[in-house]
Amino acid sequence: MSNQQLGTVEAIRLVAGREIRAKVFAKSFIWTTIATVAAIILGGVLYSFLGSSEPDRVGVLPASAALGGPVESVSTASGTEVEIVDVADRERGEQMLRDGDLDVLVLSADEEVSLLVADELNSSLTSVFAALAQQQALSGEIEELGGDPSRVGEVVATAAPTVEALEEPAERDGGQIAAGFIAGILIFMALMTTGQMVAQGVVEEKSSRVVELLLATLRPWQLMAGKVLGIGAVGLIQVVAIVVAAAGTALGFGLVDTSSLAVGPTAVWALVWFVLGYATYALAMAGLAALVSRQEDVGSALTPVMMLMMVPYIIGVSVAPWDPDNVLVVVLSYIPFCSPMLMPMRIALGSASTLEALLAVGLTLVLLPLLVWLAGRLYSRGVLRTGARIKLLAALRS
Amino acid sequence: MPRLAVDRLTKAYGDKVALDQTSFEVAPGEIFGFVGSNGAGKTTTMRIILGVLQPDSGSVTWDGEPVGADHRRRIGYMPEERGLYPKMKVGDQLAYLARLYGLSAADARASMERWTERLGVGERIGDAVEVLSLGNQQRIQLAAALTHEPEALVLDEPFSGLDPVAVDVMSEVLRERAGSGVPVLFSSHQLDLVERLCDRVGIIRDGRMVAVGTVDELARHDTPRWVVQGPADATWVPAGFRVVADDAAGTVVEVPETEAGAEQRLLAAALAAGPVTTFTQQRPSLTDLYRDVVTAATEEETA
Repeated sequence: MSNQQLGTVEAIRLVAGREIRAKVFAKSFIWTTIATVAAIILGGVLYSFLGSSEPDRVGVLPASAALGGPVESVSTASGTEVEIVDVADRERGEQMLRDGDLDVLVLSADEEVSLLVADELNSSLTSVFAALAQQQALSGEIEELGGDPSRVGEVVATAAPTVEALEEPAERDGGQIAAGFIAGILIFMALMTTGQMVAQGVVEEKSSRVVELLLATLRPWQLMAGKVLGIGAVGLIQVVAIVVAAAGTALGFGLVDTSSLAVGPTAVWALVWFVLGYATYALAMAGLAALVSRQEDVGSALTPVMMLMMVPYIIGVSVAPWDPDNVLVVVLSYIPFCSPMLMPMRIALGSASTLEALLAVGLTLVLLPLLVWLAGRLYSRGVLRTGARIKLLAALRS
Repeated sequence: MPRLAVDRLTKAYGDKVALDQTSFEVAPGEIFGFVGSNGAGKTTTMRIILGVLQPDSGSVTWDGEPVGADHRRRIGYMPEERGLYPKMKVGDQLAYLARLYGLSAADARASMERWTERLGVGERIGDAVEVLSLGNQQRIQLAAALTHEPEALVLDEPFSGLDPVAVDVMSEVLRERAGSGVPVLFSSHQLDLVERLCDRVGIIRDGRMVAVGTVDELARHDTPRWVVQGPADATWVPAGFRVVADDAAGTVVEVPETEAGAEQRLLAAALAAGPVTTFTQQRPSLTDLYRDVVTAATEEETA
């Protein structure tokens, strides 16, 4: 048996592999992932059934077929979707009404519009036909007075007030706001759980003293790198599953207006920001966790980072969806530690250009080497010292 | 197989000196017992050998070369505070550690199976470490030190907490490894065990090696003692001999080494005083030796 020289890459790969196996095959991980994905898909299904409206079906007989065009134009103007269905005769129309294939059957288009319904006319169609009836009555009166109804119609159609707005109108729809929310919350939750996994893993090795056995063959930074990469991969698997489920559901059920929300780029950006956010937070948490020796102390050791994480999150979910161009939101979306939560929200809300997003990415990337150095230093100093909590400054100075 | 040497190690934690010019060697195939009270510096020395701690000065050498990462990978280490992942399965854990020490996946697996079998825990490889008894956890910990077929063993208190059967298994394994040329360094408070098992012993006190050698060598420097069971009260003891103890177990007398055949003069004096039932040389046990060395050092200090 020969003990091969263990290269750095191989060492990190082994450590990361252990972390991935230990976490991915844990029941808690499998079930939370399945539950989250299922909840997203189920939410999409429910939303598409309850929230979306099918067009109202308006049946026209040969006698009333002339009314099809005016009904369509009036309903389009009032924002109601209708579908005009040609029906051969009244008997057939009655059958279709009973079967629910028609919402209304237009019997005649003479002086007075007469309609046949199964039980009652729904509110949107009521207003459509009321408007239609008014228009017809008006046309009749204009003709009687010797005017030209189509000319009047043109004038009426073009008559509109001039509206001046004090502020730019919000160009966001519900889909964008929902996507912004989901991106922010998802990234926050993912960073919180994976960051804590890293911290707990560090302290688990410290408190079980296995770290001493590991450090007899590994360098501290290799151990830290393997752990951070392994847990990061696990987190990424989960986030990818959730993002794919969310994007797939949104596109599959046509839940979002794809003209305002670019689902693909939003999803990809969310993944990019998870990776960047994870790198910053996991390093910070690994370094801080190495300063304590017991699981009970992990919470207090991580408090500063947790606070740092809450700020962009709270601003993100309370301000950004309604006012993504808010100065605070915009400024923080460039600052490392804050950008991973705020920038993907701004991207989803359509408030950040690609250039702005890349600038924020660049700023975080610039900070990363410093964080690697700092976390490595804290980790190497702290990881073998058990007992009382080590002071942050003492660990950096020694 | 290498010769492991610790050369004038010094280490201080703040104001507290943990090691002060500590030196000793463990030859290939030798079992070296490292003895000392709690906090004397045994664990610190071992951690420095494994590179887990850095000494302030001094060095550790492997066949004369400063010990590096390449050498350390060939050392089997059992840390004082047992360390394994509590929730990880025994087999996976041992194979993982063996791989970190450079074994291929297949070799790691095979070696893990061989050693767990040998140590009597072969049936527990599918269990999480945390569900095992402390004794079995300790066997797993030893297996973790052995699976990568190390060329040197450094074991911190391998016998603590073991039942007699496990002590026998552990002793047998250490003898066998030493038999194949591996230098074995271990620490223990069980001095009878150290005496039985070790070729050489090092006694450390307050970070300084106060005695290094075979038990016999160390004993030789002590003034020979003879036990006489016979005449009551020790008034018969001739001048020039020192009575160390005088009780029901007999009279213990220190015989000056400078005078050849002095013990014969002692026996003659005893016989003259009355019948003698036992006359034997008292061979100091490691326990006595240890006590003497440690107290002597204390007296030196107070003097």
